[in-house]
Amino acid sequence: MTRASAASLGLLTCHSCGLLSRVAAHGHDLHCPRCDAPLHLRKPNSISRTWALLIAAMICYIPANVLPMMITGSLFGTESDTIMSGVVYFWTSGEWYLALVIFTASILVPMLKMIALTLLLVTTQLRSRWQLEQRARLYRLVEIVGRWSMLDIYVVALMVALVQLKGLATILPGPGAVAFGAVVVLTMFAAMAFDPRLIWDPVEEDAKK
Amino acid sequence: MDNQPLIACHECDLLQHEVPLPQGGVAHCPRCGAELYRSHPDSMERTLALTAGAILLFVIANVFPIIGLKLSGQVIQTTLFHTVQMLYNDGMRSLAALVMLTTMIMPALQLLALIYLVLPLRMGRVPLHFALVFRTMNAAQPWGMVEVLMLGVLVSLVKLANLASVVPGIALWTFGALMMLMAAIAATFDPRALWAKMAAAQ
Repeated sequence: MTRASAASLGLLTCHSCGLLSRVAAHGHDLHCPRCDAPLHLRKPNSISRTWALLIAAMICYIPANVLPMMITGSLFGTESDTIMSGVVYFWTSGEWYLALVIFTASILVPMLKMIALTLLLVTTQLRSRWQLEQRARLYRLVEIVGRWSMLDIYVVALMVALVQLKGLATILPGPGAVAFGAVVVLTMFAAMAFDPRLIWDPVEEDAKK
Repeated sequence: MDNQPLIACHECDLLQHEVPLPQGGVAHCPRCGAELYRSHPDSMERTLALTAGAILLFVIANVFPIIGLKLSGQVIQTTLFHTVQMLYNDGMRSLAALVMLTTMIMPALQLLALIYLVLPLRMGRVPLHFALVFRTMNAAQPWGMVEVLMLGVLVSLVKLANLASVVPGIALWTFGALMMLMAAIAATFDPRALWAKMAAAQ
């Protein structure tokens, strides 16, 4: 069997249930005959939607890192903690493994995710045939790893709930936490909007020539 | 539905013939390497058992406190929902919503949808709105982050241990167990078996 994509033969895969179905004509509002999910040959406006979400995430990434995640108030005044100062605190207090976990989840993962998506978008837009398999693998990695950035949000939430109960000190969530939550959600939506099948479409054209 | 053994890779759209797998085998796309499908022995039965267990754990995990602080003889404890409430009271409504969605609503939706689909099918009946519930479950799945919450609780434990003595709550262990069951469900649930059963029941 020659290597052909389903789309080139007028066959559509359902995103939800995986059923392959044939379309008679290029009609609008196609739905999966089995699970009724909307069907598309490729995700609609995948590239521009991913760009939009990605750029929004990049903008939010700045306040997420500059503004405080947590504001600690005690008898001795108030103190603001950004993501990086939290990492530094753990590093200097000897808990380097925690510093590593937080650094990876909160700084490295979102940054690498945005770089990876940019790379995927640019190469796909240029219809590049470069490192197809590695790019497909990169996309898979981005999808799996992105969720772990939520870590810091949960830590802030738990700290706020527990420490506020006591009169000694209060911990309030800072504006950085909102921006950071937005980065995580926006990059997740961006990864979902991207259609990895676009990576392979140029190969199809080569075969036709 | 015709019985053509053709499938397309969901990641690169390569058209290919389905091949029968040995027990526990995994099929990968020959072009891009994405996982296409696996053979799950007794997928429906195991999924049902795991989901029933997970729902039970989910309820316990949300009712009991996760962590407590011991300060001058007093113990302060917090449940997950209380955490959400505190964020809300601090004016962080979007964060409160985000935490509630990812740790409570989406996992609950996923588990309830799964048992709604699998239990009646097991007894040979097709539940109402089968397709709609299936799609809802798929949409909820990436947003449930119980395993990330678990790591967050562990980090908070160490952070708080510097301030006061920390008391791990019942829900901490329950969330740990829930995390394992959710991972087991992801590994045993086979949507292909579900649809095959659904076609047979109709």
